[in-house]
Amino acid sequence: MKRSVAVCAGAGLVALPFVYHQPYPLHILIVILIWSFAYTSWSMMGRFGLVSLGHGGFMGIGAYVTALAWNHGGVSPWFGIPVALVAGGVLAVLVAYPCFRFRITGHYFALVTLALSGIVLQVITATRDHTGGSLGYTPTRYQGGSSLYALQFTGKTTWYLIALSVWAAGLYAWHRVDRSMTRYALEAISEDEDGAAAAGVHVTAEKLKITVLSAMMTALAGALYCQYQMFISPDTVSGISISLQMVFAVVVGGIYVSLGPTVGAVITILLAEVLRISFGTRAVGWDNLVYGVLLVLFIVFLPKGILGSLLGLRRRAAPAAPPRAQTGAA
Amino acid sequence: MLALRSVRAGYGSFQALFDVSLDVRAGEAVAVIGPNGAGKTTLLRVISGLIRPTAGSIAMEGTDLLATPGHRIVALGIAHVPESRRLFPRMTVEDNLKMGGFLPAARPKYRARLDFVFELFPRLRERRRQLAGTMSGGEQQMCAIGRALMSDPKLLLLDEPSAGLAPVVVEQVFELVKRIRAGGINVLIVEQNVQQVLRVVDRAYLLKAGSIRAAGTAAELLATETLREAYLGV
Amino acid sequence: MPILDVYLLEALINGVLLGGVLALISLGLNLVFGVIDVVWICYAELIMFGMYGMYFLYSVFHWPILAAAALCIVGVGALGVLLHVIVIAPLLGAAPINQLLATGGVLFFLQSAATVMFGIEFRNLGLRLPVLKAAGMFISYSRLLAFGAALIGMVAVYLFLRRTYTGAAIRAIAQDRQIMTLMGVDSRRIYVVTSALGGALAGLASCLLVLLYDVHPFVGLTFGPITFLICVLGGLGNFVGGAVAAFVFAELISLGGLYLDLEWGYVFAFVFFIVMMFVRPEGLMARRS
Repeated sequence: MKRSVAVCAGAGLVALPFVYHQPYPLHILIVILIWSFAYTSWSMMGRFGLVSLGHGGFMGIGAYVTALAWNHGGVSPWFGIPVALVAGGVLAVLVAYPCFRFRITGHYFALVTLALSGIVLQVITATRDHTGGSLGYTPTRYQGGSSLYALQFTGKTTWYLIALSVWAAGLYAWHRVDRSMTRYALEAISEDEDGAAAAGVHVTAEKLKITVLSAMMTALAGALYCQYQMFISPDTVSGISISLQMVFAVVVGGIYVSLGPTVGAVITILLAEVLRISFGTRAVGWDNLVYGVLLVLFIVFLPKGILGSLLGLRRRAAPAAPPRAQTGAA
Repeated sequence: MLALRSVRAGYGSFQALFDVSLDVRAGEAVAVIGPNGAGKTTLLRVISGLIRPTAGSIAMEGTDLLATPGHRIVALGIAHVPESRRLFPRMTVEDNLKMGGFLPAARPKYRARLDFVFELFPRLRERRRQLAGTMSGGEQQMCAIGRALMSDPKLLLLDEPSAGLAPVVVEQVFELVKRIRAGGINVLIVEQNVQQVLRVVDRAYLLKAGSIRAAGTAAELLATETLREAYLGV
Repeated sequence: MPILDVYLLEALINGVLLGGVLALISLGLNLVFGVIDVVWICYAELIMFGMYGMYFLYSVFHWPILAAAALCIVGVGALGVLLHVIVIAPLLGAAPINQLLATGGVLFFLQSAATVMFGIEFRNLGLRLPVLKAAGMFISYSRLLAFGAALIGMVAVYLFLRRTYTGAAIRAIAQDRQIMTLMGVDSRRIYVVTSALGGALAGLASCLLVLLYDVHPFVGLTFGPITFLICVLGGLGNFVGGAVAAFVFAELISLGGLYLDLEWGYVFAFVFFIVMMFVRPEGLMARRS
């Protein structure tokens, strides 16, 4: 992306809430930004063939640990969120380390992570006395709703700026990884693990690093979601549906492109809103139905996603990009 | 019986066969000899339908093989014993032979064919319940050939049957080819072991770098200089 | 103290009975994976649809139970074939992850279709089978029946694989896919048969599960993850390994449910799984990775 275009777009995004005050569109934008960040976090791993179907679990941990620390422990989210991130990271290590160490990859890894998110959901349900189970959970309001200490704000503008900064930080992290040795190491690993190991790459360590980073970012997304919506339930932040939704959005948007997950978020959230508005409560279930069909269609016909395919078309017109590793959803 | 005309074939951008033409007439045993990498295995695969040629024609008793789906070629009477045997390792000998007789036309004859194979290979009868992957190389080769014979073929394609086997076993294998041949089954055998194979076939072709360099009776080729050149580059 | 032993024994027995059904489910998954090299993530959702089928046929339309079961088995078998033909077959050449994701899409689709068509309420078959009282323990006939039927189903599959030509082809294709044409086997037909078989097993499992549990669109989320853990631990494609793992996990769930809420049973199973990965990674070595 040309520098000037990016700067203008960036400035425009920052200025937006000051010019345009309508709360509902701002709300949608905030939700899009938070989920974009979550999806980008997933794609940090996903683009290297480390397809996790369990990121719903990390998001759930981020949300619930933050909320529980606040409600039960009186711990401000300023501490609660780091704790949640660490919890997510620890869980990631606990599950991913044995997988990587014992070369559990591909199908196996995806299934293990799938089970992970299912189990996190079960834990949340099982501890219903503390977490409210499937009925959901609400962080208690502090001093009328707007407080930096409690990280709760009533104004959409503040939340918009927070979400925007986190989203931008996510993109920055994506680009940093993209330019780092880690990226090349992971691409080599995804092509030929043994070959990479023979070339001196610390396979387990590299995979673990990116997994932990991805998990922690996803946990942060969960925590932010919790603080913004002020209501969380197992199926809105964790579980298999959320995990699959993440994958779906990134696949649709484009897995190898930094803005792909964002495009995916825009599409999925707008789709959900449109369905909700048109069908009202009768929309229950229809959005996932459409997701399901679209996911299958996209995998079959457009595995590079919308953005990925568009960029691919452009690249074919002007071939200058270095060859990409043939992994995963391409 | 089998006629190849100007067949070209390869793997992706790599071409392995260039304008290959050959015949196997009824009642014959034919060999294709040549150095490593000549395309001999590719040749057999093209005939049995494992890969498709990019040009040329292949006909078995008049039927165009290119128009026949791969899994129907064995019904035309062509049975292929692939390179390195390719038995089903975790199935018993008997089950492997059963798979050989999968063809609907062969199923009513299962018992008869099984007896025929066991007569040819008494050792297999002893080991019928043994897992194929646990047998020695020679036994596996017998099983692989037996499996191909289960479909009651008219033409047997043998891909380097002596590969990786001890000399004593190699002798047995070629004895076997003679017996099969005597039983009325045509054989197209691809081999590196020139001396041995030319003693059991009627005619032979020399394949080098994807092209037929020489053709003639076994005796002619055995005597010829071309052979020595092809193998030793002298 | 004696009372505790009885409850423990009862839980152990119930674990075995549950294990039978879980083994059946893992057999279906392993069969499809072993032959076609694809994991049907939506397998539990196929079972869910079968359960709804049983509910409607038996409780709403008052079909005789055996007829309903027969139709369910055939129906879910057909669903399996549909799944293969529409979603899997076009993706056979694609990266394995894409195949997984596609079945994930089907998972979404099936869950949502069920939500839209049937609503989210829990439905019960309404069939009250008697409870067997033996030696101070209560074992429900439903569980015994489920176990027995699962066993019969597995034996039937075993006989099919061992005795028939198609069964031999199914076993063979899992060991060497490329040379199947040399024997006159049309791989695509074998895939379809395998899909039908995998679906039929799901159908049988649904008939059994509906005796034990209520059905709702998300019921697949309760036993789905466990089934995957079972297959991974037993080795994807390894029928015996899967069966053994099924019984182990079933015991863990049953015992966990005895001392704590049912959900903790699943958690134990997962923790056990993680521990097993460290302790016996060979247990995870399947025929292919």
